[in-house]
Amino acid sequence: MGSIIFASRKQDLSVARASASAGAIKTIFSRFLPHKEIAAQVSIQYIAGYLFHLGLFALLFFAAPHVLFVEENLLGFGWTPLPHWGFIIAAQAAFLGLIILWLRRMVDPVLRLISTLDDHIAAILTFVVMLTGCFALLEGSTGLRLLHRFTVELWLIYFPFSALMHSFTFLPSRAFTGAWFGRRGVDS
Amino acid sequence: MSEKLEKGLEVLRSEVDSKVKSFFSSCVNCGICAESCLFYTETRDPRYTPIYKTEPLRKLWRNEYSFWGKIASTLGFSKPMTESDLTDWEELVYDGCSMCGRCSMVCPVGVDISGMIFKVKHALAKAGISPEGLVGATQRAVDIGSPMGITLTTVHATIKHVEEDTGLKIPMDVEGADYMALLSSNEIALYPEYLESLAKIFDHAGVSWTLSSDAFEATNSGLQIGNKAIAGQLVQRVVDGAEKLKVKNVISPECGHAYTALRWEGPNFIGKAYSFKVVHIMELLDELFAAGRIKTSGMESERLTFHDPCSIVRRGGINAQPRNLLESISENFIEMADHGNMNWCCGGGGGVSSNERAEDLKLTVFNKKKSQIEATGATGVVTACSNCRMVMEEGVETNEMDIELLGLTEMIAAHLEDRPN
Repeated sequence: MGSIIFASRKQDLSVARASASAGAIKTIFSRFLPHKEIAAQVSIQYIAGYLFHLGLFALLFFAAPHVLFVEENLLGFGWTPLPHWGFIIAAQAAFLGLIILWLRRMVDPVLRLISTLDDHIAAILTFVVMLTGCFALLEGSTGLRLLHRFTVELWLIYFPFSALMHSFTFLPSRAFTGAWFGRRGVDS
Repeated sequence: MSEKLEKGLEVLRSEVDSKVKSFFSSCVNCGICAESCLFYTETRDPRYTPIYKTEPLRKLWRNEYSFWGKIASTLGFSKPMTESDLTDWEELVYDGCSMCGRCSMVCPVGVDISGMIFKVKHALAKAGISPEGLVGATQRAVDIGSPMGITLTTVHATIKHVEEDTGLKIPMDVEGADYMALLSSNEIALYPEYLESLAKIFDHAGVSWTLSSDAFEATNSGLQIGNKAIAGQLVQRVVDGAEKLKVKNVISPECGHAYTALRWEGPNFIGKAYSFKVVHIMELLDELFAAGRIKTSGMESERLTFHDPCSIVRRGGINAQPRNLLESISENFIEMADHGNMNWCCGGGGGVSSNERAEDLKLTVFNKKKSQIEATGATGVVTACSNCRMVMEEGVETNEMDIELLGLTEMIAAHLEDRPN
């Protein structure tokens, strides 16, 4: 992120038609949904993507053991966790979404061509973290909890140097492109 | 390391800025961009996936800027860039991309894919790895002043015909005029009715305008081939011409890439802001119409649709103006599906139409526009780019479609209200 924020950028010398900042802010939000002209063709990617990401966020921030961990070890306070049935739904959504996305990566000719080793490692590591998390919760065993912590640590070590960083870098990326279109008066 | 590879890598390295870093760090290879690209949708060849076309730049970024890439390079595990990393992408970026920018509109993480494809073209052009047709056109633009080899003598001949046909004087080299008009090569060689229309409209609206002997050509082959230095040289000719005549505005003609080159990229190519304003002919006509300086009469009853030139709409921000104008003279105007910012390219943008090698592919991808036109039931297609018009005329002819191609400026000229002398 540092190299993105602090790296050089050339100033655009053309006269802007509209606000680059407004374009940047708008595009940060608009890209959460596909353009209607392409929605039908990419619906699987979007639906699976949302199942995975929303399920994962729900598990990460609202799974009862995670809330307890934050309260006891990090912040000193917690919040209402997901009920058990909520955890099951979130876990199923996350697994379903991730499996669909990964299977497409394995069988779709376009995705087979463009996918990298990093894409596969990131998907598999995330899958393993979620799986060990479910085992840890369901079995309540110390050994399985330790296994989950170990996989989470591996995931966290891999995170900053991998495609997983898109969790943060999508913001400047959308902003740059939104600003480019925005100053030309194009709604992107 | 070969000289070509060295030059190519030098350019690619110079192109890695914070934007490129954020784009490649964000891309999760979801493949959504493929569905936005007509070269993929019409061929189903995965190699035409837009993000794949950026691979030379991406490989360099991966090897030299990413964490794992740097470690792998240090330990000797990464594959170094070779000349084939550039030559193998030549066909993809020159024949299989019209720089329409649709991919940059759909990327969920906001990657400006077409912007990065241009950077790859820049590297290939500097390395001397470009299609013959484009190299020739660029050379003619530098040596003669026009990619089609059009000289000032040809322009004078066109002016003479226009003056005879209209009875109007075409102003040439008028110092202090409000507007300096430019022409694309196509408009001089194939569609002289554009100049005729300008003369009629400006006479009708009382616009102070001129052509320049030093800067009449708007086409910018440097942009098409991806050579920023040549693109800047061609823009500088226009700037010099405009400054010499001390005009307030320069009019970009019905030509998509010329507008991009002059209006948006030009100041960056030459490294300074202009002393004049650049307006596209659609913007100017719309302004004159809104101000009541253009008055039209009669309406076209033929069913007409409008083809949005990518560089003018999606990459230029001119969306409402041509529609305002068209609706004022057509009672049976129908929009194509996916019009406006998400339009589909005609298939010949970004230099594809100047690249003879890409002819078959260009006609294959025209099938998208063909099906769009057919779905409207229109018998006439209006556009505001002479290159789009030429490409679509070829597509229509090849596919034996009964469709008329029309330029919007000339349609407005044909509907001007008679004014008492």
